[in-house]
Amino acid sequence: MLIHARGLRKTFGDFEAVRGIDVDVPRGQAFGFLGPNGAGKSSTMRMVAAVSPPTGGTLRILGMDPAEQSSAIKARIGVCPQEDTLDLELSVRDNLYVYGRYFGLPRKEVRARVDELLAFVQLGEKADAMVDDLSGGMKRRLTIARSLINRPEILLLDEPTTGLDPQARHVVWDRLFRLKAQGVTLVLTTHYMDEAEQLCDRLVVMDKGHIVAEGSPLELIRAHATREVAELRFGAGGAQAEHEAVAEQVAGLADRVEVLPDRLLLYSDDGERTLAQVHAAGLRPTTTLVRRATLEDVFLRLTGRTLVD
Amino acid sequence: MTTTPRPGTGPSTSPTSPASTAPGSVVDGALRLAPYWATVLRRTWKGGVISALVTPLLYVVAMGVLLGGFIEVAPGELEGATSYLAFVAPGLLAAHVMTLVIGETTYPVMSGVKWHKTFFAMHATPLGIGSIVLANVGFILLRTLVVSAFFVAVLAPFGVFTTWWGAVLAWATQALVIGAFTTPVFAFAAGLQDETAFALVFRLGMIPMFLFSGAFFPVGNLDAPLEVVARLTPLWHGVDLTRMFALGTFELGPALVHVAYLVALTALGWWWAVRRLRARMVV
Ligand SMILES: Nc1ncnc2c1ncn2[C@@H]1O[C@H](COP(=O)(O)OP(=O)(O)OP(=O)(O)O)[C@@H](O)[C@H]1O
Ligand SMILES: [Mg+2]
Repeated sequence: MLIHARGLRKTFGDFEAVRGIDVDVPRGQAFGFLGPNGAGKSSTMRMVAAVSPPTGGTLRILGMDPAEQSSAIKARIGVCPQEDTLDLELSVRDNLYVYGRYFGLPRKEVRARVDELLAFVQLGEKADAMVDDLSGGMKRRLTIARSLINRPEILLLDEPTTGLDPQARHVVWDRLFRLKAQGVTLVLTTHYMDEAEQLCDRLVVMDKGHIVAEGSPLELIRAHATREVAELRFGAGGAQAEHEAVAEQVAGLADRVEVLPDRLLLYSDDGERTLAQVHAAGLRPTTTLVRRATLEDVFLRLTGRTLVD
Repeated sequence: MTTTPRPGTGPSTSPTSPASTAPGSVVDGALRLAPYWATVLRRTWKGGVISALVTPLLYVVAMGVLLGGFIEVAPGELEGATSYLAFVAPGLLAAHVMTLVIGETTYPVMSGVKWHKTFFAMHATPLGIGSIVLANVGFILLRTLVVSAFFVAVLAPFGVFTTWWGAVLAWATQALVIGAFTTPVFAFAAGLQDETAFALVFRLGMIPMFLFSGAFFPVGNLDAPLEVVARLTPLWHGVDLTRMFALGTFELGPALVHVAYLVALTALGWWWAVRRLRARMVV
């Protein structure tokens, strides 16, 4: 196991951000922490990155105890923090170069890796631009490139694509896929379902410092949701009360019904059939949608809340 | 497929390329930061050189030559100086060094922990807190020593140093002044949540010291309690030691006290800086 945690806890003052979690990540796996704001994802990531001492429990990274061997651990991992820590006043190339030297790598070696990584994240043309002039997506790619300069065995990515437009996000995903294919162990946090489904072999759903579910994306969907979901929306006015009433009527038509402020979710294995039954019952939703169940549904099921609010 | 770049693969898959390592010591780690500080220097040296030449000239002309022209000195009144210019020049040097160092350890340090978070980027790598502090302090020391050398070189033609080696020692004394201000102010800045407290450093620390620590007039001119306070400030120790060398009025006992004081303050500041930066960053 590259990462091994038992009963891992983190407390800030008297606030418990991480409340005893067990995590095991074997070599080569892409592992995800999924959860809403404040779930404790970043707190966990910072402990794994050996920059934040655990308050309780056991933590081993690459077999080492971060309390005793943080430098040796940090030499072998790559970190892409939630907030960029790039040096805005340095050029793109200099950012990578100086960072590479922090790892004790020789000048020539770092220069070669910088060129290689700039090509990898498609920033070759921006090599001499100031970081301040890059777009958000470019900065994120640069941060990812920087985290790879020491050829890490574990790559920690805290919300790698938050704030990026869909196109920029797909570029990042593509690079992460390649790294995964090369055997790099990825650990990432996200509150995007599609990201977790795309990238992760296994993930844990975190909520309020606890792990509330664990498995592959498919396993989680199977265990905590149905195959399909029919979404019903009724007119704007008086929605909540009306939804509650409708929910009673359709209760028998689906495995489970969730009432959200703006829509009803009907969980079943055949969404179209459920929808037909809704219509047959004389209900007239203004818009309907049948879709595959996602991790969003899993999260809703497990916590009673939506993930991105 | 062997030509595909493999930027992310761990060291096990590329046995020929050098692996990253943990630094062997605090100094080893600090040396790894030298390329970073070199880029900072490359970005800022031009403005630095110009002000390093112009500032001492402005000071010495305004305070030493023009203001000094109005001041008649009876022998023995100015701690052995034969003119106000000769008296004030070493004071200007040490006081200017103090302001430079405080400038380098206030906003830039806050930027490292808060705005640009450069220290966090460093700490995500095998570098420890001690190395981060040492590299920054080392950078400030070297850079300010170079600026001080310019200062001494600009002052020398005005005949303010009695001997050439006195000038060299006056210059070397600035290393102690730099240390005594760099580490404590770094420590103070590293733990601050926002920059408003810097106004206190400037108004209650730097400016009063600049004006009243013996740079411009002998502290003996102050009333007794204020004189004691002035003699307790690090700047006075720095000014007095610099002046001894410049004027050739060296006395071993007081000189040792100055050195001990400034070194002790540097050491205490060092300990505090590492502690405060760690408390700030390792949470
Ligand atoms: N240094 C700190 N001091 C005090 N409280 C903190 C600190 N860091 C995090 N917390 C608190 O711990 C909780 C978990 O924070 P954390 O950053 O781990 O959440 P997260 O899952 O990463 O959330 P997000 O999706 O918003 O990034 C939050 O309530 C946060 O306010
Ligand atoms: Mg976070």
